[in-house]
Amino acid sequence: MINAGIVTVSYIIATILFILALGGLSNQETARRGNWYGIIGMAIALIATILGVVTAQYIVLLVALLIGGSIGLFAASRVQMTQMPELVAILHSLVGVAAVAVGYVNFMDPTEHLTGVELTIHDIETYLGILIGAVTFSGSVIAFGKLSGRISGNPLALPARHWLNLGLLIGAIWFGREFVLQSAAGGGMEPLIIMTVIALLFGIHMVMAIGGADMPVVVSMLNSYSGWAASATGFMLGNDLLIVTGALVGSSGAILSYIMCRAMNRKFLAVIAGGFGTGGGAPAASGGEDQGEVDPIEPLETAELFLNAKEVMIIPGYGMAVAQAQHTVFEITKTLREKGVNVRFGIHPVAGRMPGHMNVLLAEAKVPYDIVFEMDEINDDFPDVDVSVVIGANDIVNPSALTDPDSPIAGMPVLECWKGKVSIVLKRSMATGYAGVQNPLFFEDNTRMLFGDAKATLDEVLKNL
Amino acid sequence: MRIGVPKEIYDGERRVATTPDVVTQLKKLGFDVAVESGAGEKASFSDDAYREAGCEIIDSASDLWSKSDLVLKVRAPESDEAARLRADQTLISFLWPAQNTELLKQLTDTGATVMAMDSVPRISRAQKVDALSSMGNIAGYRAVVEAAQHFGRFFTGQITAAGKVPPAKVLVIGAGVAGLAAIGAAKSMGAIVRSFDTRPEVKEQVESMDAEFLMLDFEDDEDGAGEGGYAKVMSEAFIKAEMELFAEQAKDVDIIITTALIPGRPAPKLITAETARSMKDGSVIVDLAAEQGGNCELTVPGEVAHVDGVTIIGYTDLPSRLAAQSSQLYGTNLRHLLTDLTPEKDGNIVVDMEDEVIRGTTVCKDGETTWPPPAPKLSAAPPKAEPAPAPAPVKEEEPRSFVGPAIGMALAGVALLGLGAVAPASFMAHFTVFVLACFVGYMVIWNVSAALHTPLMSVTNAISSIIVIGALMQISSTNSLTMWVAAVTVGITSINIAGGFAVTRRMLEMFRK
Repeated sequence: MINAGIVTVSYIIATILFILALGGLSNQETARRGNWYGIIGMAIALIATILGVVTAQYIVLLVALLIGGSIGLFAASRVQMTQMPELVAILHSLVGVAAVAVGYVNFMDPTEHLTGVELTIHDIETYLGILIGAVTFSGSVIAFGKLSGRISGNPLALPARHWLNLGLLIGAIWFGREFVLQSAAGGGMEPLIIMTVIALLFGIHMVMAIGGADMPVVVSMLNSYSGWAASATGFMLGNDLLIVTGALVGSSGAILSYIMCRAMNRKFLAVIAGGFGTGGGAPAASGGEDQGEVDPIEPLETAELFLNAKEVMIIPGYGMAVAQAQHTVFEITKTLREKGVNVRFGIHPVAGRMPGHMNVLLAEAKVPYDIVFEMDEINDDFPDVDVSVVIGANDIVNPSALTDPDSPIAGMPVLECWKGKVSIVLKRSMATGYAGVQNPLFFEDNTRMLFGDAKATLDEVLKNL
Repeated sequence: MRIGVPKEIYDGERRVATTPDVVTQLKKLGFDVAVESGAGEKASFSDDAYREAGCEIIDSASDLWSKSDLVLKVRAPESDEAARLRADQTLISFLWPAQNTELLKQLTDTGATVMAMDSVPRISRAQKVDALSSMGNIAGYRAVVEAAQHFGRFFTGQITAAGKVPPAKVLVIGAGVAGLAAIGAAKSMGAIVRSFDTRPEVKEQVESMDAEFLMLDFEDDEDGAGEGGYAKVMSEAFIKAEMELFAEQAKDVDIIITTALIPGRPAPKLITAETARSMKDGSVIVDLAAEQGGNCELTVPGEVAHVDGVTIIGYTDLPSRLAAQSSQLYGTNLRHLLTDLTPEKDGNIVVDMEDEVIRGTTVCKDGETTWPPPAPKLSAAPPKAEPAPAPAPVKEEEPRSFVGPAIGMALAGVALLGLGAVAPASFMAHFTVFVLACFVGYMVIWNVSAALHTPLMSVTNAISSIIVIGALMQISSTNSLTMWVAAVTVGITSINIAGGFAVTRRMLEMFRK
């Protein structure tokens, strides 16, 4: 109906709109417009393809689009903000499935007849597309299970797991060679299926070995993989739109993974190799030496400290999400700001289970984003802060990251709340954080511990304001 | 157990060892509390207030002493009070065992357990019990109030229609708890405050209160920090240099507040009669060390002296002059000690001599004198004598080698060239697009605000389902298997498209100023 030239131009427009969509996310004002660019870009790409490429089966196509679209809209309107990491993980797995399906169908397509180098390259593209797609799929499903609590968050440390990974990798390469050879002779289905199974196992094993707090890295890594899968499919189909979009998404995920790793001062490979810490939070003792006593505080006194403060800094962690305390936090923030207390939020890049998780939770609770700051923006302000409140966070406020070169988290940038006048730490018990490292912050002279469920204790504090 | 709080009988003492607020807390620990009638009167706590808090009011002191298991006092007991003590009783008060050896002997002989609030070890954990710090804080504040009372001018500088008023200059000697409180009070009244201390580590604390720390022009780096964070006796040369500094400062400042004390020794004479006389007329000296003989040669303990136009205040009862406040803080210190003493919260005290704080505070028990205690394991400020722990070895940033990246780049270059040599032109065109797109992505994503990383992930998720194009290309196939697989793929990816964009929109709607 429309010619190939128009389809190509539409693809170029869609590509530009996608780049603008990502560019729009540089700040909150332009982000909404950016999202619209993305939607328009996707619509243009779809319409152009449907009108220019599809020649039959319009009804099946529309029905599939409608069913899928309504499921998507339904899920998006129902999801709780605390469940965002799970939703993102499961959506990644869908891209993985799609890449595998498109790859297989393309391989089985009898109409293409390539020979020589072109065939080899095309086969490698197909192979890579399916491989990455399968890893993304199984990895995302496991990540979803871990994030939603259906699978234990503890890292699964199989003996000789590094050798297992290496074995799987070598297997994938060897079957790739077999596939290319057999495909030239007209076959190749068997090695392709075996490789798919290997890739699925690899995805499962990789994510199983990673503990709960490393999830931000895993989620962004899977995000990256879903992009590379799209890109590989684009090569296979010779479609530049897929290549460009996949590359954009792939580099986006890769950069996010890099940012998360840097925020934990860990090597990307070390995170992926997994097995860090025990994950469960063993009762404090791993530090070995006696650190002194903690000084508990009651909600009533906490409220008094708040009322007498000028500068309050709230440092949320995953515990706030677990306790669903963000709305109470906002009520406290609102009350205090009305009384002229300057309340701000300090967010560590790896707080929560996915990049930016805390920001979304706070936004959901209607906390204005201009009082929510990144670690780098506010770390120098702590000496002027009267009260810092740490809600359900541990490793991201651990001073030994800076002072103890032997600490497992040495060198990780942390929020230096102990430089303020008083820090109040909300915690359920004295168990250690994810890294299994004792936190000297709790024993500082100017630290007070508020024990109990974060939501219940904060409600109590709010009542006393 | 029953706590008894008698009226203080020392002449002029206005404080009381507990307040109605504290009583409520003590009852939570399981104690019964009895107070002698009129005990809190001078500190503005009426018998009725105590009654409301759940106290029994007992009229006579002797009844109170005989009926109580635990007696709380402020001042050390007079000898007839000490005589009332029985072996099964416990007494907690200030005692000054170093100065009152006879009293200590008398108390030991009664067989009772006696704890001295002035002997609380100076360790971090015991800060909440440290009554000396509470009283020091009050004395420092009150010293400024007394100085203001006798000083005929403003503290703060002003420019008024009637002319300019210069701010008062205050010199605080000794920046301990009392000194720092005095600095804070004088500063908040608007004076220019300078301070001197033999311990250089307090310089930071003084400067943090916006006061000027006077440095001594002295060659030898002598550190005046003694055991437990208190000052120690300095060398002769140091004292000489110090006195010269004070003599010079005295001509300039309007008010001098001295707080220099060395534990267990008479106060050092820092302000000579000559220095005091050299001050401007109307100047004030407040000597917080008056009880230990005074830092100024002209100080008359307990009195206000006037010498050549200079007022020298030698009150020894400054905390008592702020009786309500000091009773409240002292009572709270006692309450913290009792909390440590009653681990079960059942109103029964356990004197655990293994506990460093309780051990240090207890001066006699079961007829034996347990004072002085063994040296504390940890002082508040570790003495410098110990070699400072070598600064944590800073991991030296290894100079970035150019070799690694260079080899990597060279390899990548060779690989690309190899690819170019064999790959068909159509592949290279796509490959160009791919590499450029990676760079565009790299540039764009670094600009994304960290707060928007979650929306970034969901929107990239939505656009990565552009893979639907692949399925659309296949759906028109005549092969029905291909067609159905493609249809399912379209369905799956459209979940992703709709879900991804919709949830991104939902999240972005929530971000507001």
